[in-house]
Amino acid sequence: MNSKSRRCIDLLFNYIFKVTGLLVLLLLGAILAMLVYNSVAFFLDVRPADFITGLTWNPTGSDPKYGILPLVLSTTLVTLGAMVIAIPLGIGTAAFIAEYAGRRLKNILKPTIEMLAAIPSVVIGFLGIVVVGPGIAHIADLANGLNALNGAMLLAVMALPTIITVAEDAMHAVPKTYKEASYGVGANKWQTLRKITIPAAAPGIIAAVMLGVGRAIGETMTVLMATGNAALLPNSMFASVKTMTATIAIEMGEVPYQTTHYYALYAIATALFIMTLAANMLGEYFINRFRKYHAA
Amino acid sequence: MQLRKNVTSVIEWGTLLLSTSLVCFFLLVILYEICSKGSAVISWEFVSSLPKEGMTRGGILTPIVGTVLLTLLTALFAIPFGVCCAIYLQEYAKSSWLTRLIRASIRNLSGVPSIIYGLFGLALFVQGLQFGTSLLAAGLTLGLLSLPYIITTTEEALLRIPNSMREAALAVGATKFETIKDIVLPSSMSGILTGVVLTLSRAAGETAPILFTGAAFYINQTSLSVNQEFMALPYHLYMLSTQHQSIDEVRPIAYGTALVLIVVVFFLNLTAFIIRYKYRQHDK
Repeated sequence: MNSKSRRCIDLLFNYIFKVTGLLVLLLLGAILAMLVYNSVAFFLDVRPADFITGLTWNPTGSDPKYGILPLVLSTTLVTLGAMVIAIPLGIGTAAFIAEYAGRRLKNILKPTIEMLAAIPSVVIGFLGIVVVGPGIAHIADLANGLNALNGAMLLAVMALPTIITVAEDAMHAVPKTYKEASYGVGANKWQTLRKITIPAAAPGIIAAVMLGVGRAIGETMTVLMATGNAALLPNSMFASVKTMTATIAIEMGEVPYQTTHYYALYAIATALFIMTLAANMLGEYFINRFRKYHAA
Repeated sequence: MQLRKNVTSVIEWGTLLLSTSLVCFFLLVILYEICSKGSAVISWEFVSSLPKEGMTRGGILTPIVGTVLLTLLTALFAIPFGVCCAIYLQEYAKSSWLTRLIRASIRNLSGVPSIIYGLFGLALFVQGLQFGTSLLAAGLTLGLLSLPYIITTTEEALLRIPNSMREAALAVGATKFETIKDIVLPSSMSGILTGVVLTLSRAAGETAPILFTGAAFYINQTSLSVNQEFMALPYHLYMLSTQHQSIDEVRPIAYGTALVLIVVVFFLNLTAFIIRYKYRQHDK
């Protein structure tokens, strides 16, 4: 091949690579545009205030109501429940792997966490129906166990791998000298963990929790299958709830194209996008803070 | 005093051990439940015959074929796109506001909930580009979902190639593209492959993005056409466990489907693990 055609190919691929980079930017732009466009179409029909503060979600009634509050509260309740379970378990496990487990145990535990992360969400949801649901119904003496508690337990399992991995990385990254200084003044392993390692790794641990929250808010299949999907204001962990993701998943299959109800689902998606974005950005902010702190 | 110290340290250690054991216990419960009840229905016939009589009898060949085709289509779209983008970011782009923006949007995209990708696939591929609900629309949607992961893992793999290798190639007169094609890509291949296989295992198990873009409740032949609806393992499991009219009757088939799905996903994960392991051996 002569040098001219070689240079041409070189230039051509230079452009191809660059275009793919720009296309990724376009992809995010297009997703945003889709959300904004359809949400605007929705807000031409329904006042934003009715949407944000409305207490009833009943788009198919004779007097359709598009209040997002029951859905947001459902998502919040399930996510909070999941975090109450996942945060102590996740941080405990991360501390165990980072500080106590020997090399060999680590080599078993890490793939175990990876396996848990690899299980598809629909399988976890299925277990919510066949194991967790009947279990809750039996213990709490209910007709069925498809409720917020069930969803929260499943979401905890889904969020655990993220929390454990990120928190373990953070604890592992705490400089050895900190711990040695602590041992040097006579502190034991537990005191060092509580007073030195965890505070030093705190931004990383908060990041782990925020990323877990982001994962839990956006999760669709498990909550869709396990929470019973009644679009009411939730009053307890044993209430059947319908999260934002589940509402989109259920109703998108049934609505006619380009109706108010159709646009309303995109408006929910926009709210969902903002919530997950906020959680992920907070997580990223804390990760960066952690990095800066330890680089200094 | 010494005794009390010992007791507290055992309790402290025990708390951490307990939480770790609980996490492992969750995994064991999941695997045990699916394996023990799923293995009862698994047979060669189950994985090689079509669903019959409204899915209450027969096998799950149609969803298996659907998932394989869907994952292939995802790979076909996402791998070249993602790898090219990673090459741009790692090999070409200088640090500017544009590349920072691209990186920020990649991080953003990886946090977007999968159901929103489903909506986007519906708006763009099904309605906008008129592909209809089809294998093609669903494959492209999953491809978009996989992109950020493929880009990130490929970038990491490229980053591990020492600059001296690039400089050596450039010094003997190779163009930049030749350096990438003949030196950088071959030496980072195992790292890229690991990331790709892991990403595909995630895509194979996704349900939310294919809900509205092409997955079908029941099709009585295995279709090999990209413009038709298809059955997929995760969607099949969802339908059998929540939407079927005789849920109790199809429960064994649901367990079988879950087992096959888990086996597929773990097989892909194991493949990635082996590639990574071989690569590390090779490095030593």
